[in-house]
Amino acid sequence: MPRFLLTRISSGLVVLLLVCLFTFVVFFALSPDPAVQICGKNCTPELIDQIRGNLGLDQPFWTQFFLFVAGIFAGRTYGDGAAAVECAAPCLGYSFQSSQAVWDMIVQRLPVSATIAVGAAVLWLLAGLVGGLLSAVKEDTFLDRFTTGLTLTGMSIPNYVLALVLQYVLVVRLQWLPFPQAVRFADDPVQWFGNFVMPWIVLAVGYAAAYTRLTRANVLDVLRENYVRTAYAKGLPQALVWRRHALRPALTPVVTIFGMDFAGLLGGALITETVFGINGVGKMAADSIARNDQPVIMGVTLLAGFLVVVGNIVVDVVYTAIDPRVRVNAR
Amino acid sequence: MTTTRSTTTGTEALLRVRDLTVTFATPRGPLDAVRSLDLDLEPGGALGIVGESGSGKSMTSLAIMGLQPRAARRTGSVRLRGRELVGMSQADLRRVRGDRIAMVFQDPLSSLNPYYTVGLQIEEAYRAHRPGVTRRAARKVAVAALERVHIRDAAVRVDHYPHQFSGGMRQRVMIAMALSTEPELLIADEPTTALDVTVQAQILDLLQEIRRETGTGLVLITHDLAVVSEITDHIVVMKDGVCVERGAVEQIFTEPQHPYTRALLDAVPRIDDEIGALRAVAPGSPAARENAARENGDLA
Amino acid sequence: MTSSPTDLTGTKTVAAGTGDTAEAPAATQAAGALRAGAGGTWQALRRDTGAMLGLGYIVLISLVAVLAPVLTAISGWNPYEFDQSAIDPNLGGMPIGPWGGMGAEHWLGVEPGSGRDIFARIVYGARVSMGIALSATALTTVLGVSLGLVAGYFGGRVDLVVSRVMDFLMAFPALIFMIAVLSALPASNRSALLVVVISVFGWPYLARIVRGQTMSLAQREFVEAARAAGASGTRIVFREILPNLRSTIIVMATLAVPGYIGTEAGLSFLGVGVVPPAPSWGQMIAASVKWYAVDPAYFVVPGTCLFLLVLSFTVLGDRLSAVVDAQEGR
Repeated sequence: MPRFLLTRISSGLVVLLLVCLFTFVVFFALSPDPAVQICGKNCTPELIDQIRGNLGLDQPFWTQFFLFVAGIFAGRTYGDGAAAVECAAPCLGYSFQSSQAVWDMIVQRLPVSATIAVGAAVLWLLAGLVGGLLSAVKEDTFLDRFTTGLTLTGMSIPNYVLALVLQYVLVVRLQWLPFPQAVRFADDPVQWFGNFVMPWIVLAVGYAAAYTRLTRANVLDVLRENYVRTAYAKGLPQALVWRRHALRPALTPVVTIFGMDFAGLLGGALITETVFGINGVGKMAADSIARNDQPVIMGVTLLAGFLVVVGNIVVDVVYTAIDPRVRVNAR
Repeated sequence: MTTTRSTTTGTEALLRVRDLTVTFATPRGPLDAVRSLDLDLEPGGALGIVGESGSGKSMTSLAIMGLQPRAARRTGSVRLRGRELVGMSQADLRRVRGDRIAMVFQDPLSSLNPYYTVGLQIEEAYRAHRPGVTRRAARKVAVAALERVHIRDAAVRVDHYPHQFSGGMRQRVMIAMALSTEPELLIADEPTTALDVTVQAQILDLLQEIRRETGTGLVLITHDLAVVSEITDHIVVMKDGVCVERGAVEQIFTEPQHPYTRALLDAVPRIDDEIGALRAVAPGSPAARENAARENGDLA
Repeated sequence: MTSSPTDLTGTKTVAAGTGDTAEAPAATQAAGALRAGAGGTWQALRRDTGAMLGLGYIVLISLVAVLAPVLTAISGWNPYEFDQSAIDPNLGGMPIGPWGGMGAEHWLGVEPGSGRDIFARIVYGARVSMGIALSATALTTVLGVSLGLVAGYFGGRVDLVVSRVMDFLMAFPALIFMIAVLSALPASNRSALLVVVISVFGWPYLARIVRGQTMSLAQREFVEAARAAGASGTRIVFREILPNLRSTIIVMATLAVPGYIGTEAGLSFLGVGVVPPAPSWGQMIAASVKWYAVDPAYFVVPGTCLFLLVLSFTVLGDRLSAVVDAQEGR
């Protein structure tokens, strides 16, 4: 097992390095003058020069890249003398537009994004697993067909359209939910909850649809398996056949996919946060794109990549723990 | 381990099937996978059901257990020691399955659940029919079952997963699982088809041995005449869902009556045959085969 | 699931609409078994209401896209004209009249603030949505099928390289990266850039399936026979294996389109897609966010068109997949 883990971790690191490299290339090699873009709107030539010096943009590409990667592990100082800026490890970059280290900016907003991710995840897992199971059991009945129609719709409606529809219907028209207002949970739990309900729903809908279909397909597949027939032939009661022989093989792949989806979502639900005006990592990324604050964009990209890679590794490890066939080969 | 199943009270048949019919509804009308089939098996006897793919032999075995697909309709009578299985409640049927009648399927790899150890799968078969048995006692039964089918290091291998066994061993595991509850009747659906020839012989020997020791009745389903000739006393030849000939093994082999049976026998290459074209069983209706047979000079 | 334990999903579509930085698994099996009957795939599909409705809408939008100039000539407004008379400056640019200003003059109303005709912008936006999505699908299909075939058939080092690249691309945080790339690059040739960027991240999903199927087909006897007859590798791949993949490719391509439509719309929504003033449904929806409370028509119109288009392709792909599965006796 440890050797397997080591291989996965090392290839994960390679992937991360490549993500870093590609992002770096895109920003610093492709764009005509990064300093101008980083400087933002209210720029002066002095500021541009300062940025150029601080970020070492006049240095060769590989030096810049090396400095950046080293900064992730050891921290980094931008510029020198009185105007020097400290960026503690892990230094994912420094936003000159906001005068903050990117890492700090991310950490501030991570709890909000995590809340959205967790709430949505609970919703979509429940809906998906239950919906998929029911559809499989009642295959070809009206319920099944209705659910299929529902899932196709859920998969097809874009997040932002649904967000706007919900916002309009629930907040403006029916006034069932309050207008979003930034509050802390401790101060006003009701408002806090109300803030998150719609993002949770909007984010969960697409996944719930996909997971319902996936669960349904898996359960139907497993029920056709020979070993389920054997279980019935042994005279096992239906509940036991379902619980032990059908559900576990059917649901295991779903749970592992969930791991990857969730990891990806922790990196910020960009569109949903933007539409609802929620100050999470995703919105920060979207705002930075609009402002051309490239260090932030790059930092968030790296974070997202990191989470996906970690998610992948966790999923692979979990799979070896769950599926005996994979386990033996992994040793 | 011997049981006294073979001593019967009177001459009551172990298995008595009458007029078994399994029908599927298709867009082109109802299709009989099995039609009006009669079977008889004495306690401790061995019956072979022989036929090509699609002859309905596997469906017969499933229908006896009531495991035919939900889309199929089953009619007729299936009596196990006089007890009628058709129309039995699901609860009662569950008590019969795995306990009075056990089944061994063709492909042991897909017929065993890959997520659980073989020990667990044997234990659950046993415990389903012996309420109140503890896990430890059931585990002992599982180990004993594996030993009975000559799996070495049974105490260790009982915790292994199906994919850790070879094909022949897996089939032994399935047989062990079937026998753990000491059933009266064992139905084996193509138990050796997925195995290579040397392993086939071992499995057949095992089945013989078990029959000798426990007196369990055996219904063996196969397309392989060699297999049937070794193990069974009586044969039923099936074609297109219908029984075309039945009789004692020696009789069928020496004096086949039906042209289809004869064609089946002819299709098997024999060491004392002259070297010539292999005769395949001609497809088509029995009449067409009769004509072909006549042309070959086999019919008067 | 017929894939190996580490192949966790059958197909994935990169859909900015259904997931932000993650993708949602698309249909692997469809509900409602279809009897294929006599007469092949098309006949079976023809009998399916859902598929036909979807196809109908797709054809409609395609016609609209192609005939955009004609339609705007008829309606009288092009997508770039500002009609100040249709909006009320005292209300901050709100359209005059109910439903966002729908009426005989402007069939689908006008945009608040600018007074541009929504019908014209929808009609030209259809070009963008269909054009980019279909081009991306075509490019993805070409890339995915050829690389999948090559990796699956030739195996060895070729397979190793291709598989590594596929794993890498699939592990990438695609949406964020696409946004980052598109925002960093200058605005010229945006459409082509969108197609390329979307395709770069899209082809691995098709390639993986093609590779798997190629690998199992390559074991079959007819391939062996062809090889024994002296056929070269390329010939075998294109003459023997490719035809057998036809239905898989068609189904996957159909299912990829809605994902790409959503992706383009999402990217445009975020401001990195099609550059204004060129119309795009996604970008229209983005502009409508400010006005949603007072002029809901502004987001309902493009939103509905977008939703229906994605739904149509999804339903069509879903039904097609069911028909194909039924015919192959799965």
